[in-house]
Amino acid sequence: MNVQSNKYIYTYSIILISIVAVVLTLVSVALKPFQEENRRIEKMLSILYSINVQTKKETVANDYKRYIVNSFVVDSKGEIVKNKVAFEINVEEENKKPFNKRMLPVYVAEVNNEKKYIIALYGKGLWGPIWGFLSLNNDFNTVYGCYFDHKGETPGLGAEIATFEFQKQFKNKKLFDEQKNFVGIKTVKGGADKNNPHEVDAISGGTITSDCLTKMLFDGIKNYIGFLKKGNNYGK
Amino acid sequence: MENKEPLFSAKIKKTFLEPLNINNPITIQILGICSALAVTVKFKPALVMAISVVVVTGFSNLIIALLRNTIPMRIRIIVQLTVIATLVIIVDQILKAFVYDVSKQLSVFVGLIITNCIVMGRLEAFAMANKPWPSFVDGIANGLGYGIILIIVAFFREILGNGTILNEKIIPDFLYNAGYLNNGLVILPPMALIFIGIIIWVQRGVLIKKK
Repeated sequence: MNVQSNKYIYTYSIILISIVAVVLTLVSVALKPFQEENRRIEKMLSILYSINVQTKKETVANDYKRYIVNSFVVDSKGEIVKNKVAFEINVEEENKKPFNKRMLPVYVAEVNNEKKYIIALYGKGLWGPIWGFLSLNNDFNTVYGCYFDHKGETPGLGAEIATFEFQKQFKNKKLFDEQKNFVGIKTVKGGADKNNPHEVDAISGGTITSDCLTKMLFDGIKNYIGFLKKGNNYGK
Repeated sequence: MENKEPLFSAKIKKTFLEPLNINNPITIQILGICSALAVTVKFKPALVMAISVVVVTGFSNLIIALLRNTIPMRIRIIVQLTVIATLVIIVDQILKAFVYDVSKQLSVFVGLIITNCIVMGRLEAFAMANKPWPSFVDGIANGLGYGIILIIVAFFREILGNGTILNEKIIPDFLYNAGYLNNGLVILPPMALIFIGIIIWVQRGVLIKKK
Protein backbone atom coordinates (compact mmCIF):
# COMPACT_ATOMS: atom_id res chain seq x y z
CA MET A 1 0.00 0.00 0.00
CA ASN A 2 1.24 3.49 -0.80
CA VAL A 3 1.50 5.20 2.56
CA GLN A 4 2.09 8.59 0.93
CA SER A 5 -0.92 8.68 -1.42
CA ASN A 6 -3.70 11.23 -0.91
CA LYS A 7 -6.31 8.51 -0.60
CA TYR A 8 -4.36 6.85 2.19
CA ILE A 9 -3.84 10.16 4.01
CA TYR A 10 -7.55 10.99 3.96
CA THR A 11 -8.57 7.50 5.10
CA TYR A 12 -5.90 7.55 7.80
CA SER A 13 -7.03 10.94 9.13
CA ILE A 14 -10.68 9.96 9.21
CA ILE A 15 -10.02 6.72 11.06
CA LEU A 16 -7.65 8.39 13.53
CA ILE A 17 -10.07 11.22 14.29
CA SER A 18 -12.99 8.82 14.73
CA ILE A 19 -11.05 6.72 17.22
CA VAL A 20 -9.96 9.81 19.14
CA ALA A 21 -13.52 11.16 19.20
CA VAL A 22 -14.90 7.90 20.58
CA VAL A 23 -12.18 7.65 23.24
CA LEU A 24 -12.65 11.25 24.39
CA THR A 25 -16.42 10.91 24.52
CA LEU A 26 -16.16 7.75 26.61
CA VAL A 27 -13.72 9.38 29.04
CA SER A 28 -15.85 12.49 29.34
CA VAL A 29 -19.09 10.57 29.96
CA ALA A 30 -17.43 8.20 32.43
CA LEU A 31 -15.82 10.96 34.51
CA LYS A 32 -18.62 13.52 34.43
CA PRO A 33 -20.39 12.36 37.62
CA PHE A 34 -17.13 12.62 39.59
CA GLN A 35 -16.42 16.10 38.25
CA GLU A 36 -19.94 17.34 38.99
CA GLU A 37 -19.65 15.97 42.51
CA ASN A 38 -16.35 17.85 42.99
CA ARG A 39 -17.98 21.09 41.92
CA ARG A 40 -20.91 20.54 44.30
CA ILE A 41 -18.52 19.81 47.17
CA GLU A 42 -16.50 22.91 46.41
CA LYS A 43 -19.61 25.07 46.36
CA MET A 44 -20.82 23.65 49.67
CA LEU A 45 -17.38 24.22 51.21
CA SER A 46 -17.40 27.84 50.02
CA ILE A 47 -20.88 28.53 51.36
CA LEU A 48 -19.99 27.06 54.74
CA TYR A 49 -16.71 28.99 54.77
CA SER A 50 -18.68 32.22 54.45
CA ILE A 51 -20.41 31.50 57.78
CA ASN A 52 -16.99 30.74 59.31
CA VAL A 53 -17.49 26.98 59.28
CA GLN A 54 -14.40 25.30 57.93
CA THR A 55 -14.87 21.67 57.15
CA LYS A 56 -13.42 18.90 55.02
CA LYS A 57 -14.46 17.25 51.78
CA GLU A 58 -15.54 14.11 53.63
CA THR A 59 -17.79 15.86 56.14
CA VAL A 60 -19.10 18.71 54.03
CA ALA A 61 -22.41 17.09 53.03
CA ASN A 62 -23.41 16.53 56.67
CA ASP A 63 -22.26 19.95 57.80
CA TYR A 64 -24.09 21.57 54.93
CA LYS A 65 -27.32 19.83 55.98
CA ARG A 66 -26.78 20.87 59.57
CA TYR A 67 -26.06 24.58 59.02
CA ILE A 68 -27.96 25.51 55.87
CA VAL A 69 -31.59 25.36 56.95
CA ASN A 70 -33.17 26.92 53.89
CA SER A 71 -32.39 28.35 50.49
CA PHE A 72 -34.45 30.20 47.92
CA VAL A 73 -34.17 32.39 44.84
CA VAL A 74 -35.17 36.04 44.74
CA ASP A 75 -35.48 38.57 41.91
CA SER A 76 -34.07 42.10 41.92
CA LYS A 77 -37.17 43.40 43.72
CA GLY A 78 -36.64 40.90 46.51
CA GLU A 79 -39.67 38.76 45.64
CA ILE A 80 -39.17 35.02 46.05
CA VAL A 81 -39.12 33.19 42.72
CA LYS A 82 -40.90 29.86 42.93
CA ASN A 83 -39.73 26.58 41.37
CA LYS A 84 -36.05 27.52 41.33
CA VAL A 85 -33.30 25.80 43.29
CA ALA A 86 -30.77 28.24 44.73
CA PHE A 87 -27.92 25.74 44.60
CA GLU A 88 -28.30 25.27 40.87
CA ILE A 89 -28.26 28.97 39.96
CA ASN A 90 -25.17 29.96 37.96
CA VAL A 91 -24.29 33.42 39.25
CA GLU A 92 -21.95 34.10 36.33
CA GLU A 93 -24.76 33.55 33.81
CA GLU A 94 -27.24 35.59 35.86
CA ASN A 95 -24.88 38.58 35.92
CA LYS A 96 -24.96 38.69 32.11
CA LYS A 97 -28.74 39.20 32.12
CA PRO A 98 -30.39 42.62 32.44
CA PHE A 99 -30.59 43.79 36.05
CA ASN A 100 -34.28 43.11 36.66
CA LYS A 101 -34.23 39.64 35.10
CA ARG A 102 -31.52 38.21 37.34
CA MET A 103 -32.26 35.23 39.55
CA LEU A 104 -30.40 35.57 42.85
CA PRO A 105 -29.72 32.65 45.17
CA VAL A 106 -30.04 33.16 48.93
CA TYR A 107 -28.96 30.55 51.48
CA VAL A 108 -30.20 30.72 55.04
CA ALA A 109 -27.91 29.33 57.69
CA GLU A 110 -28.50 28.88 61.38
CA VAL A 111 -25.48 29.45 63.62
CA ASN A 112 -25.97 29.48 67.41
CA ASN A 113 -29.73 29.81 66.89
CA GLU A 114 -29.29 32.95 64.83
CA LYS A 115 -30.20 33.18 61.19
CA LYS A 116 -27.51 34.20 58.74
CA TYR A 117 -28.30 35.11 55.14
CA ILE A 118 -25.74 34.19 52.49
CA ILE A 119 -25.62 35.91 49.12
CA ALA A 120 -23.53 34.98 46.10
CA LEU A 121 -21.13 37.33 44.29
CA TYR A 122 -19.34 37.13 40.96
CA GLY A 123 -17.07 39.58 39.14
CA LYS A 124 -13.95 40.23 37.13
CA GLY A 125 -10.48 40.15 38.67
CA LEU A 126 -7.20 41.22 37.12
CA TRP A 127 -6.50 37.99 35.18
CA GLY A 128 -9.76 36.12 35.37
CA PRO A 129 -13.02 35.81 37.27
CA ILE A 130 -13.32 36.27 41.03
CA TRP A 131 -16.31 35.14 43.08
CA GLY A 132 -17.46 34.69 46.60
CA PHE A 133 -20.18 34.42 49.20
CA LEU A 134 -21.08 37.01 51.82
CA SER A 135 -23.05 36.11 54.93
CA LEU A 136 -25.11 38.71 56.76
CA ASN A 137 -26.64 38.83 60.22
CA ASN A 138 -30.42 38.92 60.45
CA ASP A 139 -30.38 42.72 60.39
CA PHE A 140 -29.53 42.30 56.65
CA ASN A 141 -26.81 44.87 57.12
CA THR A 142 -23.91 43.59 59.24
CA VAL A 143 -21.45 41.19 57.64
CA TYR A 144 -21.02 37.93 59.51
CA GLY A 145 -18.41 36.31 57.27
CA CYS A 146 -17.26 36.00 53.70
CA TYR A 147 -15.52 33.79 51.21
CA PHE A 148 -13.62 34.96 48.13
CA ASP A 149 -11.87 32.93 45.51
CA HIS A 150 -10.30 33.55 42.14
CA LYS A 151 -9.29 31.75 39.00
CA GLY A 152 -5.79 33.11 38.48
CA GLU A 153 -4.89 36.23 40.42
CA THR A 154 -1.18 36.84 41.04
CA PRO A 155 0.12 34.52 43.78
CA GLY A 156 1.26 36.41 46.86
CA LEU A 157 -0.43 39.61 45.65
CA GLY A 158 -3.97 39.64 44.28
CA ALA A 159 -4.45 36.00 45.22
CA GLU A 160 -4.37 37.08 48.88
CA ILE A 161 -8.10 37.86 48.61
CA ALA A 162 -8.60 34.13 49.14
CA THR A 163 -6.83 34.13 52.51
CA PHE A 164 -8.39 34.24 55.95
CA GLU A 165 -6.14 37.18 56.92
CA PHE A 166 -7.83 39.34 54.29
CA GLN A 167 -11.34 37.98 54.69
CA LYS A 168 -11.52 38.32 58.48
CA GLN A 169 -11.49 42.11 58.07
CA PHE A 170 -15.01 41.99 56.70
CA LYS A 171 -16.64 40.77 59.89
CA ASN A 172 -19.00 43.36 61.44
CA LYS A 173 -18.65 45.74 58.50
CA LYS A 174 -21.92 47.29 57.35
CA LEU A 175 -23.59 47.56 53.96
CA PHE A 176 -25.94 50.47 54.73
CA ASP A 177 -25.29 53.76 56.49
CA GLU A 178 -27.45 55.03 59.35
CA GLN A 179 -29.93 56.64 56.95
CA LYS A 180 -30.40 53.18 55.37
CA ASN A 181 -28.62 54.24 52.17
CA PHE A 182 -26.56 51.59 50.42
CA VAL A 183 -22.84 52.28 50.78
CA GLY A 184 -21.24 48.84 50.53
CA ILE A 185 -17.72 47.93 51.55
CA LYS A 186 -14.62 49.34 49.89
CA THR A 187 -11.03 48.13 49.90
CA VAL A 188 -8.84 51.13 50.68
CA LYS A 189 -5.27 51.45 49.50
CA GLY A 190 -2.83 52.60 52.14
CA GLY A 191 -4.92 51.39 55.07
CA ALA A 192 -8.59 51.71 55.95
CA ASP A 193 -9.99 53.78 58.79
CA LYS A 194 -10.57 51.16 61.50
CA ASN A 195 -13.71 52.92 62.73
CA ASN A 196 -15.28 53.20 59.29
CA PRO A 197 -17.79 50.35 58.94
CA HIS A 198 -17.58 50.51 55.13
CA GLU A 199 -13.83 50.13 54.61
CA VAL A 200 -11.25 47.33 54.74
CA ASP A 201 -7.52 47.37 53.95
CA ALA A 202 -6.67 46.69 50.32
CA ILE A 203 -3.86 44.28 49.51
CA SER A 204 -0.52 45.97 49.01
CA GLY A 205 0.79 45.01 45.58
CA GLY A 206 -2.67 43.76 44.63
CA THR A 207 -4.34 47.08 43.95
CA ILE A 208 -6.11 46.09 40.75
CA THR A 209 -7.49 42.88 42.27
CA SER A 210 -8.56 44.87 45.34
CA ASP A 211 -10.36 47.39 43.15
CA CYS A 212 -12.01 44.55 41.22
CA LEU A 213 -13.16 43.07 44.52
CA THR A 214 -14.63 46.42 45.55
CA LYS A 215 -16.52 46.52 42.27
CA MET A 216 -17.72 42.93 42.67
CA LEU A 217 -18.95 43.67 46.19
CA PHE A 218 -20.73 46.83 45.09
CA ASP A 219 -22.37 45.34 41.99
CA GLY A 220 -23.06 42.00 43.66
CA ILE A 221 -24.72 43.48 46.72
CA LYS A 222 -26.64 45.94 44.55
CA ASN A 223 -28.32 42.93 42.90
CA TYR A 224 -29.71 41.98 46.27
CA ILE A 225 -30.76 45.44 47.45
CA GLY A 226 -34.45 44.69 46.89
CA PHE A 227 -34.15 41.61 49.04
CA LEU A 228 -32.01 43.26 51.71
CA LYS A 229 -34.35 46.27 52.04
CA LYS A 230 -37.32 43.95 52.43
CA GLY A 231 -35.42 42.01 55.01
CA ASN A 232 -34.64 45.27 56.77
CA ASN A 233 -38.33 46.04 57.04
CA TYR A 234 -39.17 42.59 58.32
CA GLY A 235 -36.50 43.05 60.93
CA LYS A 236 -38.20 46.13 62.42
CA MET B 1 11.90 -12.93 13.86
CA GLU B 2 14.11 -9.94 14.39
CA ASN B 3 17.07 -10.27 16.70
CA LYS B 4 15.62 -10.11 20.19
CA GLU B 5 16.97 -7.61 22.67
CA PRO B 6 16.68 -8.26 26.40
CA LEU B 7 14.06 -6.07 28.11
CA PHE B 8 16.64 -4.16 30.10
CA SER B 9 19.67 -4.12 27.82
CA ALA B 10 22.52 -1.65 28.21
CA LYS B 11 21.00 0.43 25.43
CA ILE B 12 17.66 0.66 27.21
CA LYS B 13 19.45 1.64 30.40
CA LYS B 14 21.22 4.41 28.52
CA THR B 15 17.92 5.53 27.00
CA PHE B 16 16.47 5.69 30.49
CA LEU B 17 19.35 7.37 32.34
CA GLU B 18 20.45 10.01 29.84
CA PRO B 19 17.37 12.25 30.07
CA LEU B 20 17.63 12.21 33.86
CA ASN B 21 21.06 13.78 33.86
CA ILE B 22 23.38 14.37 30.92
CA ASN B 23 20.56 15.01 28.45
CA ASN B 24 17.96 16.48 30.80
CA PRO B 25 15.19 18.18 28.82
CA ILE B 26 15.06 21.24 31.09
CA THR B 27 18.61 21.83 32.22
CA ILE B 28 20.53 20.66 29.15
CA GLN B 29 18.09 21.04 26.26
CA ILE B 30 16.35 24.06 27.90
CA LEU B 31 12.88 22.83 26.88
CA GLY B 32 9.63 23.15 28.81
CA ILE B 33 10.82 26.13 30.86
CA CYS B 34 7.48 27.95 30.71
CA SER B 35 5.50 25.42 32.73
CA ALA B 36 8.48 24.85 35.02
CA LEU B 37 8.13 28.49 36.08
CA ALA B 38 4.39 28.43 36.45
CA VAL B 39 3.60 25.29 38.41
CA THR B 40 6.48 25.16 40.88
CA VAL B 41 5.13 27.52 43.54
CA LYS B 42 4.04 24.55 45.62
CA PHE B 43 5.21 20.97 45.90
CA LYS B 44 1.93 19.13 45.32
CA PRO B 45 0.91 20.75 42.01
CA ALA B 46 4.49 20.29 40.78
CA LEU B 47 4.32 16.60 41.67
CA VAL B 48 0.97 16.13 39.93
CA MET B 49 2.24 18.06 36.91
CA ALA B 50 5.36 15.88 36.80
CA ILE B 51 3.29 12.68 36.89
CA SER B 52 0.97 14.06 34.17
CA VAL B 53 3.90 14.83 31.90
CA VAL B 54 5.44 11.39 32.52
CA VAL B 55 2.16 9.76 31.51
CA VAL B 56 1.80 11.92 28.41
CA THR B 57 5.40 11.56 27.19
CA GLY B 58 5.44 7.83 27.93
CA PHE B 59 2.20 6.92 26.22
CA SER B 60 2.46 9.33 23.31
CA ASN B 61 5.90 7.87 22.55
CA LEU B 62 4.47 4.34 22.82
CA ILE B 63 1.47 5.05 20.59
CA ILE B 64 3.49 6.90 17.94
CA ALA B 65 6.13 4.15 17.94
CA LEU B 66 3.37 1.57 17.36
CA LEU B 67 1.93 3.64 14.52
CA ARG B 68 5.26 4.85 13.13
CA ASN B 69 5.23 2.74 9.96
CA THR B 70 1.65 3.63 9.08
CA ILE B 71 1.90 7.41 9.55
CA PRO B 72 2.04 9.32 6.24
CA MET B 73 5.05 11.67 6.33
CA ARG B 74 3.07 14.68 5.12
CA ILE B 75 0.68 14.67 8.09
CA ARG B 76 2.95 13.21 10.74
CA ILE B 77 3.02 16.39 12.87
CA ILE B 78 -0.79 16.51 12.84
CA VAL B 79 -0.99 12.86 13.84
CA GLN B 80 1.51 13.44 16.64
CA LEU B 81 -0.39 16.45 17.92
CA THR B 82 -3.68 14.57 17.81
CA VAL B 83 -2.24 11.78 19.93
CA ILE B 84 -0.67 14.23 22.40
CA ALA B 85 -3.79 16.36 22.67
CA THR B 86 -5.97 13.31 23.25
CA LEU B 87 -3.74 12.05 26.05
CA VAL B 88 -3.53 15.48 27.65
CA ILE B 89 -7.29 15.92 27.62
CA ILE B 90 -7.73 12.49 29.21
CA VAL B 91 -5.18 13.36 31.92
CA ASP B 92 -6.89 16.71 32.50
CA GLN B 93 -10.31 15.05 32.83
CA ILE B 94 -8.93 12.49 35.28
CA LEU B 95 -7.33 15.22 37.40
CA LYS B 96 -10.61 17.16 37.43
CA ALA B 97 -12.43 14.06 38.59
CA PHE B 98 -10.05 12.79 41.26
CA VAL B 99 -7.70 15.58 42.43
CA TYR B 100 -9.94 18.58 41.89
CA ASP B 101 -8.08 21.01 44.15
CA VAL B 102 -4.75 20.38 42.44
CA SER B 103 -6.31 20.55 38.99
CA LYS B 104 -7.68 23.97 39.91
CA GLN B 105 -4.20 25.17 40.87
CA LEU B 106 -2.66 23.81 37.69
CA SER B 107 -5.51 25.37 35.66
CA VAL B 108 -4.40 25.91 32.07
CA PHE B 109 -0.99 24.36 32.50
CA VAL B 110 -2.22 20.79 32.16
CA GLY B 111 -3.75 21.76 28.82
CA LEU B 112 -0.50 23.43 27.87
CA ILE B 113 1.37 20.11 28.10
CA ILE B 114 0.17 19.78 24.50
CA THR B 115 2.50 22.59 23.50
CA ASN B 116 5.37 21.40 25.69
CA CYS B 117 8.32 21.05 23.34
CA ILE B 118 9.60 18.00 25.22
CA VAL B 119 6.65 15.83 24.19
CA MET B 120 6.72 16.54 20.49
CA GLY B 121 10.49 16.72 20.48
CA ARG B 122 10.70 13.12 21.72
CA LEU B 123 8.11 11.94 19.20
CA GLU B 124 10.01 13.45 16.30
CA ALA B 125 13.47 12.56 17.54
CA PHE B 126 12.86 9.11 18.98
CA ALA B 127 9.45 7.47 18.65
CA MET B 128 9.22 7.94 14.86
CA ALA B 129 12.38 5.86 14.40
CA ASN B 130 12.37 3.34 17.25
CA LYS B 131 10.45 0.30 18.44
CA PRO B 132 7.64 0.68 20.99
CA TRP B 133 9.50 -0.54 24.10
CA PRO B 134 12.59 1.71 23.80
CA SER B 135 10.27 4.58 22.84
CA PHE B 136 8.13 4.04 25.90
CA VAL B 137 11.23 4.03 28.12
CA ASP B 138 12.52 7.16 26.39
CA GLY B 139 9.20 8.93 26.96
CA ILE B 140 8.98 7.97 30.62
CA ALA B 141 12.61 8.98 31.18
CA ASN B 142 12.20 12.37 29.55
CA GLY B 143 9.04 12.98 31.57
CA LEU B 144 10.96 12.03 34.71
CA GLY B 145 13.88 14.26 33.75
CA TYR B 146 11.42 17.13 33.47
CA GLY B 147 9.61 16.12 36.65
CA ILE B 148 12.74 15.92 38.79
CA ILE B 149 13.68 19.51 38.02
CA LEU B 150 10.10 20.63 38.68
CA ILE B 151 10.09 18.89 42.04
CA ILE B 152 13.48 20.27 43.09
CA VAL B 153 12.45 23.82 42.21
CA ALA B 154 9.04 23.44 43.87
CA PHE B 155 10.66 22.05 47.03
CA PHE B 156 12.79 25.16 47.50
CA ARG B 157 10.06 27.56 46.44
CA GLU B 158 7.49 26.16 48.85
CA ILE B 159 9.84 25.92 51.80
CA LEU B 160 11.31 29.41 51.30
CA GLY B 161 8.10 31.06 50.13
CA ASN B 162 5.59 29.48 52.50
CA GLY B 163 7.65 27.66 55.11
CA THR B 164 5.78 24.45 54.28
CA ILE B 165 6.10 21.20 52.35
CA LEU B 166 2.86 19.61 51.11
CA ASN B 167 1.14 22.27 53.26
CA GLU B 168 2.78 20.87 56.42
CA LYS B 169 4.70 23.44 58.42
CA ILE B 170 8.44 22.79 58.24
CA ILE B 171 10.05 26.00 59.44
CA PRO B 172 9.69 25.95 63.25
CA ASP B 173 7.89 28.73 65.11
CA PHE B 174 10.93 29.90 67.06
CA LEU B 175 12.58 30.99 63.83
CA TYR B 176 9.56 33.15 63.01
CA ASN B 177 9.64 34.55 66.54
CA ALA B 178 13.32 35.37 66.04
CA GLY B 179 12.36 37.50 63.05
CA TYR B 180 12.49 35.03 60.15
CA LEU B 181 10.08 35.86 57.33
CA ASN B 182 8.79 33.86 54.38
CA ASN B 183 10.32 35.21 51.19
CA GLY B 184 7.55 36.59 48.99
CA LEU B 185 9.88 36.96 46.03
CA VAL B 186 10.39 33.19 45.81
CA ILE B 187 6.70 32.76 44.97
CA LEU B 188 6.99 34.97 41.89
CA PRO B 189 8.01 33.45 38.53
CA PRO B 190 11.41 35.19 38.21
CA MET B 191 12.75 33.25 41.20
CA ALA B 192 11.85 29.96 39.52
CA LEU B 193 14.08 30.96 36.63
CA ILE B 194 16.88 31.80 39.06
CA PHE B 195 16.47 28.41 40.76
CA ILE B 196 16.60 26.63 37.41
CA GLY B 197 19.67 28.71 36.59
CA ILE B 198 21.35 27.56 39.79
CA ILE B 199 20.50 23.91 39.04
CA ILE B 200 21.93 24.25 35.52
CA TRP B 201 25.07 25.88 36.94
CA VAL B 202 25.65 23.16 39.54
CA GLN B 203 24.81 20.32 37.15
CA ARG B 204 27.11 21.56 34.37
CA GLY B 205 29.86 22.26 36.87
CA VAL B 206 29.70 18.65 38.05
CA LEU B 207 29.45 17.28 34.49
CA ILE B 208 32.46 19.26 33.27
CA LYS B 209 34.54 18.03 36.22
CA LYS B 210 33.63 14.43 35.39
CA LYS B 211 34.88 14.86 31.85
